[in-house]
Amino acid sequence: MNLSVNGIAHDVESAPLTSLLDVLREELGITSPKAGCEQGGCGACTVLVDGQPQRSCLIPLVTIEGTKITTVEGLGTPNDLAPVQQAFTHHYAAQCGFCTSGMMLAAYAYVENGGTEDREAIQGALGGHVCRCTGYVKIIDAVAAVARGDAFDATLTAAGAHMTNLGGVQ
Amino acid sequence: MSSRATEVLLPSSAAEAAALYGDGADVTVIAGGTIVMPSLAGGRLQPRKALVLTRAGLAGVTRNGSTTTIGATTPVQELVGLADPLGRCAANVADGEIRARGTVGGNLLAGHGADAPRGDLQGALLALDATTRSTGADGEVTAPLEQFLGAGNRLLLDVSFEEPSAGAFAAIDYPHTHAYTVLAVSGCRAKNGTIRLAATGLAGPGARLRSAEVLAGDPVAAGMAALDDVAFANDAVASSWYRTKTLPVLVRRVLVELEESS
Repeated sequence: MNLSVNGIAHDVESAPLTSLLDVLREELGITSPKAGCEQGGCGACTVLVDGQPQRSCLIPLVTIEGTKITTVEGLGTPNDLAPVQQAFTHHYAAQCGFCTSGMMLAAYAYVENGGTEDREAIQGALGGHVCRCTGYVKIIDAVAAVARGDAFDATLTAAGAHMTNLGGVQ
Repeated sequence: MSSRATEVLLPSSAAEAAALYGDGADVTVIAGGTIVMPSLAGGRLQPRKALVLTRAGLAGVTRNGSTTTIGATTPVQELVGLADPLGRCAANVADGEIRARGTVGGNLLAGHGADAPRGDLQGALLALDATTRSTGADGEVTAPLEQFLGAGNRLLLDVSFEEPSAGAFAAIDYPHTHAYTVLAVSGCRAKNGTIRLAATGLAGPGARLRSAEVLAGDPVAAGMAALDDVAFANDAVASSWYRTKTLPVLVRRVLVELEESS
């Protein structure tokens, strides 16, 4: 079956009822979608299906032929981060990073669909995503910043300190 | 992963889906996948045949006069924004990403979960006195939802209802991403003035609250009477005691909301 991921067409051989998460991670080696709870409860595996955030652990491969899949690798590159990636970096919205790719994709779709900086609306859009580092405040700060259209200096954090340990960001 | 041994059936029309479903024996139906996939991935479910409905043309909401018809594979998210009680009931299901995959048919037919109630939409659609169109061993049958929910293995094709003059919804939310409904009450006033009430979060499928309906003019008495129509379970999200205490409150809220909308 043909599967389009981040604009690249792949011929995949996984069985038809294999989850999209397993296809991405095990067959295609795209490991940004995380296998968290694997029952739809944590949001760590979220990808965009035709631009809409969905849980890849719940999607049988056979049901998505002809769709366009996007992971965080498709949002930007290390030297040209997408605004949502810049905002997460700037606002220290990632701690351990396990939830980050799912959070970013949900945030990306939220902003693309006209989402505002309203914190309650952001919480609603990200409501299916669990961060066990308790980093929600900074995550919501980051999404609000993207929704406002803030510009970011990738060498500075929100507190103004130089970032020295984020290889690939500068 | 068990799917290598599974025969995957991918019908391209409703008629083909009905033919492949047959009497439903040995067939596992997959629409959105939100309920089936964890069991498949975990090896707890190893279907001999999987009927995948993605291309069967069973999705969509249509209106014909005052009748609304919802295809079985319509994503739950598409019901958000419809008139109450269905719109708010749908919005109360899980989160947007799950609602975008999970389907109306899957929600109605998921069966009772081991740890939590399922089938949130049963309540709203029972209150709307919805009619189902389904197929199975005895061919295509049109039947009230209440009868359909007790009919065993059948493939739902669509569900339809007459738009009410007013609708209301009240639920006890559970603050978790899975958002299983602890208890919910849906109500509506039909065009002829009849009040219908239904609840989910019970020991079994959703149920009409007929004892409460006959006392609809007295919301407090109706709330207490509703307890005669239901049985509760102790499960992972709430105790039977808690649900017993909260059902009368939800019934009262729904009836007051209906009254205020008149």
